[in-house]
Amino acid sequence: MHLVEKIIVEVMPKPEILDPQGRAIQGVFNRAGHASVNNVRQGKRFEISVDGPITDALLDEIEELAATVLSNPVIETYAIYADEGDGE
Amino acid sequence: MTTRVGIITFPGTLDDRDAATAVALGGAEAVPVWHKDTNLNDVDAVILPGGFSYGDYLRAGALASVSPIMKAVIDKANEGMPVLGICNGFQMLCETGLLPGALTRNKELHFICRPELITITNTKTAWTNFFQPGAELVIPIKNGEGCYQIAPESLPELEDKGLIVARYNNNPNGSVNDIAAISNEAGNVVGIMPHPEHAVDGLVGAGVDGLGFFWSIAGVTV
Repeated sequence: MHLVEKIIVEVMPKPEILDPQGRAIQGVFNRAGHASVNNVRQGKRFEISVDGPITDALLDEIEELAATVLSNPVIETYAIYADEGDGE
Repeated sequence: MTTRVGIITFPGTLDDRDAATAVALGGAEAVPVWHKDTNLNDVDAVILPGGFSYGDYLRAGALASVSPIMKAVIDKANEGMPVLGICNGFQMLCETGLLPGALTRNKELHFICRPELITITNTKTAWTNFFQPGAELVIPIKNGEGCYQIAPESLPELEDKGLIVARYNNNPNGSVNDIAAISNEAGNVVGIMPHPEHAVDGLVGAGVDGLGFFWSIAGVTV
């Protein structure tokens, strides 16, 4: 089995930041009859494939990119983790 | 000596030519600069024009803010060189950290394109020193992500230090405290969401109220 290694970065708008897209999606859900949906927040997911194994140093390197480029600390938070999936 | 204003073109920039025209009408010299350039040569000031650099991918202005020329812009700005970011350029300045806060999707999600009334509230910047405090201007806006936001604990500092350069008279996009333009503490870096370069010719724009920004920089001695 071929091991596929990816680094996943998930970026979400901070709770206190207005998320008009999420709000619009929530409105559509509610109007379609899904009355129990009371909030939707829209974020982004990045799947980053790398050459070689995911070392701590590499994770640090990608985390720096997650913190400075993939997310904007003024309005967003990020989470980063290695995904050592079993591939296809 | 004529002030030389570098105008940076990124992939997806739209308003570089209008900015160049406005700079020339203001009495300065427009100098084209390419995003892959790594130095600004001998320009005295820089304009980051509006548009959709990199198609607004990731976040508006985010990818342009890490392009080669921006390193030079950041270094020069920190040395005091005047920099004006208009619309997408304002978004870039926030992404680089030269200005605080961020520009996010308009409150009602619409792309808004129309003249707006704004009031100049800081005339000490390199780009607004021509104006009188309280001057009301008609300047077009055209943005989908013009909603200025900043951490609630940082907003009082912006207000107290007088860093808000212009406010909307009728807030079109949900920006906190009606903010249309801000500056850094030194007053050399200004970001503005409305487009003064589209208000410099009575025949083709919404009047000529934008000229004052370009007269301001043409009169700056560097």
